[in-house]
Amino acid sequence: MLPKVLEKSKFAAFATALAGEYQVVGPQLKEQSKAGGETFVFGPVTDGAALRMDYNITLLSPKKYFLPMRETLLKYTTVGHPKAEAVMDTRQRVIVGAHPCDIYATWLLDKVFSTDHKDPNYLSRRERALIIGLDCAKPCDETSFCHDMGTNYVESGFDLMMTDIGEAYFVEIATEAGQALLAKAETREAHNEDFAKRQAFMERKQGGFHKRIPVDTKYLPEILEESYDSLVWEAIGRRCFSCGSCNLVCPTCYCFDITDKLNLDLTSGTRERTVDSCQLDNFASVAGGESFREQRSSRLRHRFFRKAKYIQEAFGRKGCVGCGRCDRNCVAKINSVETYTQIAGSR
Amino acid sequence: MTTLSESPVLQESPYVPRFGTIVESRMLTAQEKFFRIVMEDGRPLDYKPGQFVEVSIFGIGEAPISICSSPTQGGFFELTVRKAGMVTAKMHELNTGDTVGIRGPFGNGFDPAAIKGQNVLFVAGGLGLAPARGLIRWVFDRRADYKDVTLLVGARTPADLLFRDEIKEWQSRPDCQTLVTVDRADETWTGNKGVITRLFRKIKIDPANTFAVIVGPPIMFKFAVLEVLSEGVPENHVICSLERRMKCGLGKCGHCQIRNVYVCQEGPVFTYDFVKKLREGI
Ligand SMILES: Cc1cc2nc3c(=O)[nH]c(=O)nc-3n(C[C@H](O)[C@H](O)[C@H](O)COP(=O)(O)OP(=O)(O)OC[C@H]3O[C@@H](n4cnc5c(N)ncnc54)[C@H](O)[C@@H]3O)c2cc1C
Ligand code: SF4
Ligand code: SF4
Ligand code: FES
Repeated sequence: MLPKVLEKSKFAAFATALAGEYQVVGPQLKEQSKAGGETFVFGPVTDGAALRMDYNITLLSPKKYFLPMRETLLKYTTVGHPKAEAVMDTRQRVIVGAHPCDIYATWLLDKVFSTDHKDPNYLSRRERALIIGLDCAKPCDETSFCHDMGTNYVESGFDLMMTDIGEAYFVEIATEAGQALLAKAETREAHNEDFAKRQAFMERKQGGFHKRIPVDTKYLPEILEESYDSLVWEAIGRRCFSCGSCNLVCPTCYCFDITDKLNLDLTSGTRERTVDSCQLDNFASVAGGESFREQRSSRLRHRFFRKAKYIQEAFGRKGCVGCGRCDRNCVAKINSVETYTQIAGSR
Repeated sequence: MTTLSESPVLQESPYVPRFGTIVESRMLTAQEKFFRIVMEDGRPLDYKPGQFVEVSIFGIGEAPISICSSPTQGGFFELTVRKAGMVTAKMHELNTGDTVGIRGPFGNGFDPAAIKGQNVLFVAGGLGLAPARGLIRWVFDRRADYKDVTLLVGARTPADLLFRDEIKEWQSRPDCQTLVTVDRADETWTGNKGVITRLFRKIKIDPANTFAVIVGPPIMFKFAVLEVLSEGVPENHVICSLERRMKCGLGKCGHCQIRNVYVCQEGPVFTYDFVKKLREGI
């Protein structure tokens, strides 16, 4: 499908038009610090003008719309014979302005939740969501290492992909559903100079990203395997507070807990899924009191092994997209690039 | 890909339990209660010994519990539940005629066909006798398929011993050797005393033709493996069932993971040569 051009001045109207039919979620300003720093989040909008398409990174990725922090899996009644029924979110959503790394993470989770036992709650949301991507020309900030992970370019996983070409967005149409969405915007054909501007963007992009991990990340699975007994895990693990923030903000983490919530009437309730963290000390403990990853270092190692080895080996997709959210939110200043660098050097 | 057309949204959720009726229940010890359950919808649970179910009690939660019966026995399945927390305590309040939610069966279970024609040595400590019992009953129900059968059972005290009547029955069978020991005896106890590994002195193992099925607390497992390996049983003939924290049973929630292995999917039954490579297995 031939690309189109959407003038920036017409973008807000497009998003507002979509909001008439879908829940539109996109980047918005959450907070401005005194020093002028801005914090962004994905959130629902009814007025497209609230979207901040110049955002760098959001606190949480759009994962929260597919695997929310808390969701209801089923509701039940306990009076007489117990009864239960599944609860699914069937809202139609459009995710606007997702960066390539977050699209990549979604693409990974699609695979995770549709492999073997399909997860209807994830898939119900995901099937009804459309993704309008927004390409980036440079890393969000100095913490990003998406280029090392190869996730700053995505070829699929979106319905539309917008590239900033100055006064307008160059819009690639990847799916028919995307084309139908774009019909609600006032667009024009892409001309030669638009293609040239997009080409210039891609060249800028190529020069804008630099690798930070001293080894090719395709070797990380083997490097990690060899590092299993390295003292580096203990050295880094010692600093860890086991707070779990790294997991909570990660776009590719998908471990969860399931708990029951009884309503006030005490005869009905819900079973809920909440995102969980493998860094918490009781994550792998059982009734006898045994915990199978008792040491912080073994939990930290488990996280990195999942990110850069296990997930990739199981699904053929990177388990870490290099967004740096874990690192930005770590109170102990544990840093992925430093960890991989240190591990690669300590085998 | 966005439309995920290859995976249409499922109407049936693997998180919704089916219901089972408790048709028999009794206390086995002060801590462990036994249940026989029949599925309400008339579709019997299609299970293998060594698999587990998620028992569901609405308003409280779920707990993974091993099936302790054998499918050779009929259209029911059985559970042995130790009171260990919220869900299991609530289960202890349930009796014949009550309803429970059941998801599963999950996990790989034992493979009775793989040990056909061989000697089978069971080493079951504590609550480990529950999952082992499924396979023990299978073997007795298909006795001609197996050669020598030896059962070593251990409990902390005589009062902790599960399935006492059944053990007596096994002890009286001419086609198997059953030895029981307790760590701490009382005045009523006339049998063996000491940890389960002591029983190895009383049996003979033909290492090349024996499968050892070892189920029990992690500490017992280590010592029992040592015994059978020192007898010369090959590592891939040592079969164990591992416990991990479990929530989903579907290979997603991550709690049961040992390194890259989801115990709820690939386990809980493993051979020692496999577990040993995992490093975090035992
Ligand atoms: C494959 C498998 C087979 C099992 N078979 C049996 C059996 O046949 N009989 C039996 O009595 N018990 C069995 N267990 C243990 C049983 O699952 C736990 O005792 C039970 O989950 C505790 O739940 P609760 O709600 O009663 O306790 P809670 O109140 O939830 O917690 C009490 C303790 O149990 C631990 N725990 C909580 N949830 C889990 C969980 N999902 N998995 C493991 N530990 C947990 C916690 O660390 C806590 O310390 C098995 C466990 C597994 C994984
Ligand atoms: S591990 Fe960290 S850098 Fe990698 S995807 Fe998760 S939050 Fe982003
Ligand atoms: S955010 Fe940092 S301190 Fe907290 S668990 Fe993760 S690595 Fe440890
Ligand atoms: S119990 Fe959830 S992944 Fe195994």
